[in-house]
Amino acid sequence: MGRIQLSDVRKDFGAVKIINGVSLDIQDGEFAVFVGPSGCGKSTLLRLIAGLEDLTSGHILIDGKDVSQVGPAQRGLAMVFQSYALYPHMSVRGNIAFALKMAKQPTEVIDAKVKKAAATLNLTDYLDRKPRQLSGGQRQRVAIGRAIVREPKAFLFDEPLSNLDAALRVQMRLEIGDLHHALKTTMIYVTHDQVEAMTMATKIVVLDRGSVAQVGSPLELYNRPNGLFVARFIGSPTMNIVEGEPATKRGAVSIGVRPEHLEISTSQGEWKTRVRLAEHLGSDTFIYVDGDKLGHLTVRVDGEAAVKPGDAVYLTPREDRVHKFNKDGRRVD
Amino acid sequence: MGLRVTTSRRIGMTVLAWAIGLLIFFPILWTFLTAFKSEQDAYAIPPKFLFFHWTTENFGEVQARSDYLLHAFNSIVLSIGANLVGLAISVPAAWAMAFAPTKRTKDLLMWMLSTKMMPGAGVFMAIYFLFLRFHLLDSRWGIGFLLMMVNLPIVIWMLYTYFKEIPVDILEAARMDGASLTNEIIYVLTPMAIPGIASTLLLSVILSWNEAFWTLNLTTFNAAPLTYLIAQFSSPEGTFWAKLSAASTLAIAPILVLGWFSQKQLVRGLTFGAVK
Repeated sequence: MGRIQLSDVRKDFGAVKIINGVSLDIQDGEFAVFVGPSGCGKSTLLRLIAGLEDLTSGHILIDGKDVSQVGPAQRGLAMVFQSYALYPHMSVRGNIAFALKMAKQPTEVIDAKVKKAAATLNLTDYLDRKPRQLSGGQRQRVAIGRAIVREPKAFLFDEPLSNLDAALRVQMRLEIGDLHHALKTTMIYVTHDQVEAMTMATKIVVLDRGSVAQVGSPLELYNRPNGLFVARFIGSPTMNIVEGEPATKRGAVSIGVRPEHLEISTSQGEWKTRVRLAEHLGSDTFIYVDGDKLGHLTVRVDGEAAVKPGDAVYLTPREDRVHKFNKDGRRVD
Repeated sequence: MGLRVTTSRRIGMTVLAWAIGLLIFFPILWTFLTAFKSEQDAYAIPPKFLFFHWTTENFGEVQARSDYLLHAFNSIVLSIGANLVGLAISVPAAWAMAFAPTKRTKDLLMWMLSTKMMPGAGVFMAIYFLFLRFHLLDSRWGIGFLLMMVNLPIVIWMLYTYFKEIPVDILEAARMDGASLTNEIIYVLTPMAIPGIASTLLLSVILSWNEAFWTLNLTTFNAAPLTYLIAQFSSPEGTFWAKLSAASTLAIAPILVLGWFSQKQLVRGLTFGAVK
């Protein structure tokens, strides 16, 4: 079991308010991702759940029990740090076994659990090495191994992949996904990378300056962002935001259209624009256009598109895919 | 733009370094040589450098007039014992300052350091009467406790600077792994800080070993370390240079050997963790 509830959680560092009243309900077995730009408080929120920071006010409940005043060692959670935070003086075996030793488990049990975890994570051949003799990906696996042997109520990940190169990041993302599928344990994952959030989460929590901007499944956030902040943050390339006449015509102060929801034509359409640059990725093409009063827009076209800088193109938004926002940046339907 | 290293410059620097080294080492060398001279040779003008009648009778005399082994034992027990106990106090103290600082931590550290700026003589009477009242004069417990207290500020400062270099993530990982505070310090912090702790211990042992003011004033014989042995040969009736030198040589020999074998650690200790 691992249901985690936050009720009106606040955290100040001196006069600076980092977390302004966050309430959340993370169900047992969920993969929740906290995402937001740097400085939005996502890591602090995770550390508050871990117990590494003290709450200024509010409550944190694990399986219905208030743990607000309980130390990190007693919360039954495991954490994977961005820096891996392996014990440099211990072997891989020692690192993975440490939590079990602290829990005073019998040696045979420790050995069996360490072996099993090592086998799951392809670390069996490295058990007697020291962390400094391992590659970045292997270190990250050790950090995960250290977390899984404890059979925690929930796993907390603090930007665990940001020190890895792009290819390894994709691979580890899959591995963590597999792990969640196999263990079915609650996971809370912090990242600033919305792609990681979209691909891994069952529930995304978008944070903006210490408050929850929106909570929902990846596709809910993609299809129905509740405001400009989430609209801009989720999706790659970023959603096009247009103000002025096209927006007022649709009864809004600003409208948002994702690059993949713009029809492009060389002969006719709603907005006349000029091509600035086209990025040909093979699978799709990103076309950056200049639309005078519309500003800079991005269009995504499947496959290849024969456009070059300076070409005049017409864009038409797909009406059912237009997001409308009022003057406060909130969604209107 | 670095200095150009030419051969002549290298030779010049080498000669200079040796000259300075010799200048610093000269008193120790002279003490060592004098220890093997007769009293007449020790007084001789012009001084005799290497060509004199070498004798070891001073050492015999020192042992006959005093008890080298007792004082050496006291020196070892006091300097090592006091600093081991000191470590047991300063490791948690430095942990608190490095990893759980408050607004006043910096002030506290500065205040501790400031106590080292006060001359011992300034509080001598107070300490002396405390020792008298509690029957601690000439007791190993008493002088040991004092030696520990005298070093605590420096030991805590050094450990603090070493601990600051340890990533706090690793300690937090231990906390998440269910380690209690004690286990976190014993199994995670201490093993990672071993080089720092070793050089701190080494430096504080040397400081305690050489401490003369308190040991001479608060001990008379039974608890007296080697500093007392040296002082015995500088009496109102006259100074016996050869015997004094023999006693000094005997007193500094153990610590000199220890220092020689741990130069690297010691240099790191003396630079106060400034060089990473």
